[in-house]
Amino acid sequence: MKQLRPAILLTLFFAVFAGIVFPYALYAIGLTMPKQANGSLIKNAKGELIGSELIAQPFSRPEYFHPRPSATGDLGYGTFDKDHAYAGSAATNLGPTSDKLINGIHKKTADGKDDPGNFDGIKDLAIAYRKENGMGATDLVPADAVTRSASGIDPHISPENAILQSKRVAEARKMPVDEVKKLINANTEERFLGVFGDPAVNVLKLNIALDQSKKQ
Amino acid sequence: MTLNGTLQILLFFGLILAITKPMGLFMAKVFEGERTFLTPVLGGFERLTYRLCGIDEKEDMKWTSYAISVLLFSLVGALLTYGLLRAQGMFNMFGWNPQGFSGKDMGPDLAANTATSFATNTNWQAYTPETTVSYFSNMVSLAIHNWMSAATGMAIAVAMIRGFTRRSAKGIGNFWVDTVRGTLYVLLPLCLIGGTVFIAGGVPQNFLPYQIVTTLEGAKQTIAQGPVASQEIIKMLGTNGGGFFNANSAHPFENPSNFINLLQILAIFAIPAGLTYTFGKLVGNTRQGWAIFGAMSSMFLVGAIVCNTAEQAGNPHVAKLGVATQATATQPGGNMEGKETRFGIGASTLFATITTDASCGAVNGMHDSFTPIGGLIPMFNILTGEVIFGGVGAGLYGMLMFAIIGVFIAGLMVGRTPEYIGKKIEKFEVQMSMLVILILAASILGFTALSANTTYPPGTTAQTFDDKHAADEAKLPPLASWNHVNGSTPSNYLGATTNNTNNGGAHGFSEILYMYASTTGNNGSAFGGITSNTPHYNVTGMLAMLIGRFLMIIPLLAIAGSLAAKKRVPESSGTFATDSGTFVALLVGVVFLINVLTFFPALALGPIVEHYQMSSLKAPI
Repeated sequence: MKQLRPAILLTLFFAVFAGIVFPYALYAIGLTMPKQANGSLIKNAKGELIGSELIAQPFSRPEYFHPRPSATGDLGYGTFDKDHAYAGSAATNLGPTSDKLINGIHKKTADGKDDPGNFDGIKDLAIAYRKENGMGATDLVPADAVTRSASGIDPHISPENAILQSKRVAEARKMPVDEVKKLINANTEERFLGVFGDPAVNVLKLNIALDQSKKQ
Repeated sequence: MTLNGTLQILLFFGLILAITKPMGLFMAKVFEGERTFLTPVLGGFERLTYRLCGIDEKEDMKWTSYAISVLLFSLVGALLTYGLLRAQGMFNMFGWNPQGFSGKDMGPDLAANTATSFATNTNWQAYTPETTVSYFSNMVSLAIHNWMSAATGMAIAVAMIRGFTRRSAKGIGNFWVDTVRGTLYVLLPLCLIGGTVFIAGGVPQNFLPYQIVTTLEGAKQTIAQGPVASQEIIKMLGTNGGGFFNANSAHPFENPSNFINLLQILAIFAIPAGLTYTFGKLVGNTRQGWAIFGAMSSMFLVGAIVCNTAEQAGNPHVAKLGVATQATATQPGGNMEGKETRFGIGASTLFATITTDASCGAVNGMHDSFTPIGGLIPMFNILTGEVIFGGVGAGLYGMLMFAIIGVFIAGLMVGRTPEYIGKKIEKFEVQMSMLVILILAASILGFTALSANTTYPPGTTAQTFDDKHAADEAKLPPLASWNHVNGSTPSNYLGATTNNTNNGGAHGFSEILYMYASTTGNNGSAFGGITSNTPHYNVTGMLAMLIGRFLMIIPLLAIAGSLAAKKRVPESSGTFATDSGTFVALLVGVVFLINVLTFFPALALGPIVEHYQMSSLKAPI
């Protein structure tokens, strides 16, 4: 077993070199870019952490733009309370012919409560979206508004989705719709080089911009 | 397919075309042991590494010795990882484990599966990383294999090339030297530059505990953290694919923007594409390399176009509900379930095609939620044996195996002894190549059949509890059933292995088929709905990964050894030109036909039947 010695020693070499030295070398480089290296966290005026630019957070009030539905845990988007532990990022992993995906699950337990396994299908999400945004029963809903993302914490919505929500947001805030639309534009990320990916609106940044415009 | 979708594919392909030659030339120098512009910086470190690790750099290994070195290196690495994962609770110093994960989160079968998975360049992940493994485990137990298995793959590809370039030779090179040089000169500089750009683009690199924030509406939210960038870059460049987070490259921390996304897909193809040029350069005719590149890229382009078209067409069940499926300037249309807004249909399907062409397995959208034809493409790409660019090294040696079969078939047609790159292809080479194809197919189809038809009895300590004692039930250790979800209460006994699928009917079968295609092909992506963290799936998946890696490598190194020992046959007027368009077509035909003939029945039961169910709007199940 002449080759056993190099096998063991080279493995240990990798453990030290690739396992420790390399991550710390990048960590040292990251110290020059603390915002990005620490997860693009956002603080409010008081210095409290209120989120990350890159991670969606739940919004349900009418005066805020709403992110896409999420498949992360019971409460969604990595939020928690006493009974709901952090479950990590997740997608539904439901296929295109899944009844759960299309029609959802709506059951009652024996004592008449909603079953914990209940699930809103795309059908339910589309009805809710139309109602929330004052749309007609046959108006087209943007695909991203009623489907769950791959990460469950997709920070973006499509520009169309944002525009459809802008009327509701403007009314709830008693703001002119045009001003809301201006903020949408300001928080839209275009395709890379005009080609790669899709234009997308960062929901959290947009909502923070809305709150700040109110204060002025 | 939209104009933008087409442009994304073509521009990406143009960039790959542009980097193939420079990458290939550089790697040719590295593996020929020549000086490169990095030698002044790294030469001393290279020699120090040989001394520290007891490597005799002058040794020229026979193929048997080379194969034993590969096996030992992988075995030692896998054992180290198994041990470290089981003991991860001990490494709590220096902010390496702020969430306090322990070995209990990594049970024996899960740890064995994970160690094998990383050592074989598969990176199948049966666990949710951000709730299971510490920063230490990610860095030291897992990510080191991203380097080791990638360097191993490159070394084997180079050994295979030497089979063609050497004449009447006994040896095919030195595995340790190939591994060290590939790591220091190829992986390290690209990872340092790429990792830095990743951080600048928003990929975290820290040792903070998970941050708790108060959202604008007042909820408490957990934001996972960690040394992500250092793992992310080698995960793509080494075509490993094991994510720092459950959502992998869909997670905004792993892949925050379309700039980073483009770098990620370029990183996947950079080395495999470059190696085709290295091959041509080393055998003395770069057209031979471009022929391999041509065969690979034509299959890549067809796959990318079909996948994009299917996903953009969307799901008729969803369209019926009044959801937009046509793309417009302001919304993506198509099938957006399991895709990220910033990537849309175009960048998601391109990523899916690339990650499965190469044996990377990182995902930026969930393949399980793709339409049947959109999901068929990733599956088929893996089933080809990962030869469409393929894993670093693995793609080239896999494709050379198909080239051997190609010239054999061409030889049969004209009645001449086949030749490839000046070497006679004889019985032994063809037998070994066919052996590999049969073994891989047997592993994929055999394990799929097993998991589609097996039911396990519950564990022997099964007890029933009334409501009053429900608390006692939760305290029981998990039952020792073969199909019991690890780390959960006894109620998660699943019985039949088909119950582990997240979808019913044809799609459920696709989840199982995809799993064994992915593990055998050492890809690591998944139709992720399948609950694979049970002893049955962990053990069968582990076997599939071992078979797919080593029962491919050993016969191919045997071929390399056999070829290296042969004399060079001078070219004659009867020699079939393997640097021609005819050969490219033949090669594509061989890859396509062998895989269609082998896997069509299985694919018909999965994605194909589901496609007809979906397009005929049959009631969902």
